[in-house]
Amino acid sequence: MEEIRLIEVKEEILSDNVKQAGEVRERLRKTKTMLLNLMSSPGSGKTSLILQTIEGLRGNLRLGVIEADIESTVDAKKVAARGIRVIQLRTGGFCHLDAGMVTRGIDAMDVSELDLVIIENVGNLVCPAEFDTGAHKNVMILSVPEGDDKPLKYPLMFSVCDLLLVNKIDYLSLSDFDMAALRKRVLALNPRILILEVSCKTGAGIKSWIDWLKAEVAAFKHLK
Amino acid sequence: MHELPITESILKIVLKHAEGNSVQKVIAIHLKVGKLSDLEDDWIQRYFDYLSKGTIAEGAKLKIERTPVMMRCHACSASYEADIAGMGDLVCPVCGEKGGTILSGREYTVKEMEVL
Repeated sequence: MEEIRLIEVKEEILSDNVKQAGEVRERLRKTKTMLLNLMSSPGSGKTSLILQTIEGLRGNLRLGVIEADIESTVDAKKVAARGIRVIQLRTGGFCHLDAGMVTRGIDAMDVSELDLVIIENVGNLVCPAEFDTGAHKNVMILSVPEGDDKPLKYPLMFSVCDLLLVNKIDYLSLSDFDMAALRKRVLALNPRILILEVSCKTGAGIKSWIDWLKAEVAAFKHLK
Repeated sequence: MHELPITESILKIVLKHAEGNSVQKVIAIHLKVGKLSDLEDDWIQRYFDYLSKGTIAEGAKLKIERTPVMMRCHACSASYEADIAGMGDLVCPVCGEKGGTILSGREYTVKEMEVL
């Protein structure tokens, strides 16, 4: 009888993606283009936030957008209507974007002429958290109607983000959403995350988001 | 939910290592996956069975070891295992401080494989 051998492999399953993500980050560092990965559940306000951001940055920063959707180009059309450079990636059933898809996105836009590229990831709180897109900053939205218990259910997403935007705060009076409990849960998982409360509908808090973005892009451009 | 690309990657790694070690058949593959990762063991095996058809890894069993989520307390720097599944508040067992930094629990590694 043949003998079973044991081969030591010790290889990261996602190493290809990690490598490609590193290449994306390096390439954009050279062109001084900050890449921001925006993640959330479907319907929490990613596209609305991007539309607010376009107006907030107009005249200040040159912005591009990479839209990822399983199907349809609805979001890309809304963004393009504001005169912004937008690339639509159809993930064709995939639940997330990976660094390879993002590479195709930035290949298709002239990033050297942009200060900031925002990726609108697929609406999903699970899979996008696992795949490094090559972004320099990861931002997520949680909207009030989704509930304050989401950090308990999707801990990885909350632990990989630099900033959490709590959107739809205009719903707070209609809801039993507990902002203090949410903050406590999120900070327990990720003590360095910044939490901002906004409403894309009323515009409340949007200025602090725009200020954060401007400061981050400025800091990024001064990195050696 | 993203078991398919993960499984493709596992198969690629396994076949690469098989080639370099003159392997005739892969019997089992040992994976180390962090408890923070949302992978369904059954689905990985099902996708693997499908993708590995006609390769030397066809029929190999995936053995998945789940590694715990370890946190480091930001008050006293003690490290402790976090109960993410039953998660209420994450509390340091040494000093009682809430929360901390996640040290591990996101692993995705092909550890070793049993081959003929």
